[in-house]
Amino acid sequence: MSVSLQPPVALRAPVLGRIASAFAALWLALCLSGCGAINRVPSLEEQAKSSWSEVQNQYQRRADLIPNLVETVKGYAKQEQETLTKVTEARAKATSVQVDASTVSDPEKFKQFQDAQNQLSGALGRLLASVEAYPDLKSNQNFLALQSQLEGTENRIAVARRDYIQAVQAYNTEIRTIPGRWIASWFYPEAKPMETFTSTPGSERAPNVKF
Amino acid sequence: MIPRTKNTFARLAAALAVLLLALGTAFAAEPDLPKLTGRIVDGANILSPEAEAKIDAKLKAHEDKSGDQVAVATVPSLQGLTVEDFANRLFRAWKLGQAKTNNGVLLLVAPTERKVRIEVGYGLEGALTDALTKVIITTAITPRFKQGDFSGGVEAGADAILSILSGDAEEWQRRAPVREDSVDPVTVGFWILVIVVLVLVMARMNSGGRRGRGGGIVVIPTSSGGWGGGFSDGGFSGGGGFSGGGGSSGGGGASGDW
Repeated sequence: MSVSLQPPVALRAPVLGRIASAFAALWLALCLSGCGAINRVPSLEEQAKSSWSEVQNQYQRRADLIPNLVETVKGYAKQEQETLTKVTEARAKATSVQVDASTVSDPEKFKQFQDAQNQLSGALGRLLASVEAYPDLKSNQNFLALQSQLEGTENRIAVARRDYIQAVQAYNTEIRTIPGRWIASWFYPEAKPMETFTSTPGSERAPNVKF
Repeated sequence: MIPRTKNTFARLAAALAVLLLALGTAFAAEPDLPKLTGRIVDGANILSPEAEAKIDAKLKAHEDKSGDQVAVATVPSLQGLTVEDFANRLFRAWKLGQAKTNNGVLLLVAPTERKVRIEVGYGLEGALTDALTKVIITTAITPRFKQGDFSGGVEAGADAILSILSGDAEEWQRRAPVREDSVDPVTVGFWILVIVVLVLVMARMNSGGRRGRGGGIVVIPTSSGGWGGGFSDGGFSGGGGFSGGGGSSGGGGASGDW
């Protein structure tokens, strides 16, 4: 009976080979998942994405503070109309840039976002520098509170950007170096490298003028 | 052969130089952060021992009550970083506050750079807002620092932080009994059911010879006691030492100079 079930010799070898390779693949997958290597690509991707939403959050928070700041400054510093207009325009432009999760893997969109935010940072920096000429405004309680909130938000932006840069670095390294690169191409073909910020937060502030 | 080995050596040397350079920049980017040895780490040595003991006692009392971890650090140098950057890195290295609630606060003083910062953990940003911390720095801390009174400035700053935090913490504790009440009937009912089943099973198994252990009833106070204890107590007041609870900060707070 057992003899009749034996396949012909010519057929046996490839079938066995196929079974063996299937087992090998399974073993490899199990081994990789056991080490956690197989999950590293998506988990690093999620980490980078959540860091990105924090960056967006903080930029949004800054944009939300600006109208109030502009109103407060307007009452005291009428000569600064042009600076104020520039801030309002830069804010409108920055908030009009459509941002979502796909922005991070699209260099064009990412640059657009970064440029708009940098422009707003510059305009805001000039406004805050011009305030120095108005002692009444500088001692206004409302303005002081707004200023500290704005400073806090700028700092949160810096922290969020730093976290994002680190998260993207880890993720990009993972999908560009060897085991991660293979894993990404086999299991996560949709995983794309993410864009990161090019300039340090300090360089986007208004330049210090020294005489 | 000789030029070839020379070439190899040159390449090796170049590679080594690049590696060293990379390591060097990596080390330069990572500041040398002080170790968390207690609630007050006076690395710059500007606080008097009496003031240190006094502030430490207040911070510990507050932590025992609310679980909020407030720490004070003074550093001899910011190592080229901004006070904001340094404070955030130190806060994260020390993991102030509990992991889930992120309820930590760090008061950092850098006398060499004449900078001070209050770094607030994610969880306390609502209570200790940027504007409030700025007010604390400009009204309580820097006027004293200007006169060279570091102990007084740090103490006044810590007092102000604690007074704002305890306003919030009291509210939190008022909410605690309500929560406990809403949970209790279900929990008690469940445990009673479990005990009844256990007693029945035990009675069957012992076939009436011996009584089931009555200790089951003790389970109720133990479980609710554990609930209340875990709620009001921070959980890190273990044995004298102080360590961060796993909290993090996203850059909340304010800075100032004098």
